[in-house]
Amino acid sequence: MLRLEKRPNPSKIWAYLAPVLAVFATMIGGGLMFAALGKDPFEAIRTIFYDPLFSEFAWYYRPQLLVKGAPLIMIAIGLSMGFRAGIWNIGAEGQYIIGAICGAGAALAVYPAQSAFLFPAMICLGALGGFAWAMIPAILKTKFGTNEILVSLMLVYVAEQLLSSMSLGLLKNPEGFGFPGSRNLQQYPSAHNAELWAGTGIHMGIMFTFIAVIFAYVVLARHQMGFHIRLTGESPKAAKFAGVNPKRLVVYCLGFSGALAGLAGMFEVSGPSGQISIDFNVGYGFTAIIVAFLGRLNPIGILLAGLLMALTYIGGEIAQSSLGLPSAAIQAFQGMLLFFLLALDVLTNFKLKFASAGSRP
Amino acid sequence: MSETLLQLQGLTKAYPGVIANQDVAFDIGKSEIHALLGENGAGKSTLVKMIYGLVRPDSGKMRLFESPYAPDEPRAARAAGVAMVFQHFSLFEALNVAENIALGMENPPKSNALSARIKEVSEAYGLPLDPERLVGDLSAGERQRVEIIRCLLQDPKLLIMDEPTSVLTPQEVQTLFATLRKLKEEGTSILYISHKLEEIRDLCETATILRAGRKIATCDPREKSARELAEMMVGGTLNSAKPQQGKLGDVVLEVADLSLEPQTNFGISLKNISFSLRKGEILGIGGVAGNGQDELLACLSGEVLGAPEQIRLNRLGIGHLAPNARRSLGVLAAPEERLGHAAAPDMSLTENAMLTGMVRKDLSRSGFLDWPGARAFAEEVIETFDVRTPNAQSAARSLSGGNLQKFVIGREVLQDPSVLIVNQPTWGVDAAAAAAIHQALLDLATQGAGVIVISQDLDELMEISTNFAALNAGRLSEARPMSGLSLDEIGLLLGGADAAA
Repeated sequence: MLRLEKRPNPSKIWAYLAPVLAVFATMIGGGLMFAALGKDPFEAIRTIFYDPLFSEFAWYYRPQLLVKGAPLIMIAIGLSMGFRAGIWNIGAEGQYIIGAICGAGAALAVYPAQSAFLFPAMICLGALGGFAWAMIPAILKTKFGTNEILVSLMLVYVAEQLLSSMSLGLLKNPEGFGFPGSRNLQQYPSAHNAELWAGTGIHMGIMFTFIAVIFAYVVLARHQMGFHIRLTGESPKAAKFAGVNPKRLVVYCLGFSGALAGLAGMFEVSGPSGQISIDFNVGYGFTAIIVAFLGRLNPIGILLAGLLMALTYIGGEIAQSSLGLPSAAIQAFQGMLLFFLLALDVLTNFKLKFASAGSRP
Repeated sequence: MSETLLQLQGLTKAYPGVIANQDVAFDIGKSEIHALLGENGAGKSTLVKMIYGLVRPDSGKMRLFESPYAPDEPRAARAAGVAMVFQHFSLFEALNVAENIALGMENPPKSNALSARIKEVSEAYGLPLDPERLVGDLSAGERQRVEIIRCLLQDPKLLIMDEPTSVLTPQEVQTLFATLRKLKEEGTSILYISHKLEEIRDLCETATILRAGRKIATCDPREKSARELAEMMVGGTLNSAKPQQGKLGDVVLEVADLSLEPQTNFGISLKNISFSLRKGEILGIGGVAGNGQDELLACLSGEVLGAPEQIRLNRLGIGHLAPNARRSLGVLAAPEERLGHAAAPDMSLTENAMLTGMVRKDLSRSGFLDWPGARAFAEEVIETFDVRTPNAQSAARSLSGGNLQKFVIGREVLQDPSVLIVNQPTWGVDAAAAAAIHQALLDLATQGAGVIVISQDLDELMEISTNFAALNAGRLSEARPMSGLSLDEIGLLLGGADAAA
């Protein structure tokens, strides 16, 4: 019989080594899967991990890495704060949509006025939109004790309906020949989240992402709020003894993650995506949950994990088009990454015991 | 003692980094109450787990009734006639007594038959118990009876009891002892684990003393003094703390008409609690666990808030203030549960020093934390209170219970409190550490602080308290000078006699 026994002092080295090993294990597991599908496993792994960075078309893929990675990282940073305290915001996708609608809506409301204040205003409204959407589960939880996992998740579907309604109604492009979708903000200079340096892919949102990473790092390591978040996650009763107000913490954590998700949505709609459309959201809010855990809820880890995740996305697309791998295989590959990480995590914190003795009566 | 029931020969069990038992050998006779004595970490639990089949020895042999005995699971041990009552009960609060007992049986009889059996056994051994009552409504003493009856239904030859009296009132202890003596007369042997030496001298005719995993001696406890036994346990001489007889100062803390509704389903309500605490006083609050101790501590520490005037510090109403606001005024507390309440298990001692020290040790500058300062504070606690740990970066979980308790108490004492409230300050702590903690509390009172010690351990309260009050079913008796109270009077107070008067 197998039994798990908690390690009293889990090794620090293993905690950091686990994600690296998980990546290797995924390569082996994924390679076996690709071989079973009749593809050359080495070719496939190389296409996914190596080509986006070093092939002859890398000049195109490298900026994409930042463009795809930044929203994942920004959302995951927000989520990680709550996750550490045991507050589970699963609805970042919805907050991302609402942030985008609010930011784009502000620009489209004043179209075609040009102003230097428009983009900063959009940033504020995007963050506010995501914050407000996250306040719904927060207030329901603190006032009525509802489960924030369910409420925030359900609100994703509400947000998606709202997105469809916006792209078919209120925000629809009057000059769009009846097609769903808003005006393209890329053609609206005051509202366009343009590349700061041509060809690098770096836009304002990426700068905000780096700021968010540094901010989260400082808060967790040095600030009272971060200490209280960690304490609540470790032991809610000890946190209460230390003077943490659990309800206030729920509001802070959900609010912070909502605001960051809203920001990510705003930067996406005004930049790489350009318009509000029915299929504007592509699951960043959900993938960010994986990124947050892959990065062990640590800001620096999340930065690396977001880039790795973006790499598998881009590499996966290349593999689909050049090797003809089915998209389900790529998704399974990404799933393996999380699976191996969580499995190694368990082994870092627990010992496997092969015991024949029964448990207590 | 004529015949041998269980023979232990050279039992050894090692865990990574520590030898729990080394070459332990002794005999338990038929119809014998045999005490197993030792400090925390001496290897008592491991030894008993080997006998009960929870742990397999690395080497050594056991013989039961002259035949080899090597249980590889508790079921085998029970089949061979060995039963055990654990220190922590494994009972379901939402089920009744009969249902709980049926859950622990291999082939439970029909519920009517079982209820009849339970009644029969409980009456035969003087353990009154109604099979239909919900366990959630039972006192700790009654819950223990459920566990004992569960064992007795198996008709055991050897009954192992792990610290059975730690949750009982003096009267309940006498009832339990009567039961154990009756069992002994009927031929059952009892292996009795305890650290209460007076009890052992009262009850047992043989005692085996373990220290650091080895057997130190097997002797007759009635022929030794409690002090001699304690010194064999710790392997050195003991200094016992003496309460000072100085004059008490002004009233520092006043609690008036404090009531609290139950916070959970099986929580206890507090009813009109009033008392006052003077500078230099140690107020001992006795009572069996589950009578409102945790609730009282939560109200005093600020984890549960109330009206301002319910609790007054130097005439200032503080009943509505959160824990950190109270800390800044000098009201500090140390809860009973060390891991998960007083300290966060997976956090380092430095982080745990920050947990309560942030305010009074000035470790937070406009929200930013002074980690080097916290580390220095943690090291000060470790140094002053002789906490055995590699360094201040060790996780709280990695410390033994006694060491962590010294850290938790030391953390509050070194913050120079004007009022300190501690709940079970020496629960599960060895004699040497307990003496150190007692001395620290006495020193604190001598320096003019008011101290409230909530404890189930009457010996402890008699040793250090100036005044004594009993907590029973959420009511607090009037505080009376400890020196004028007899053990009988205390027992009556604990049973709630004062509440009626």
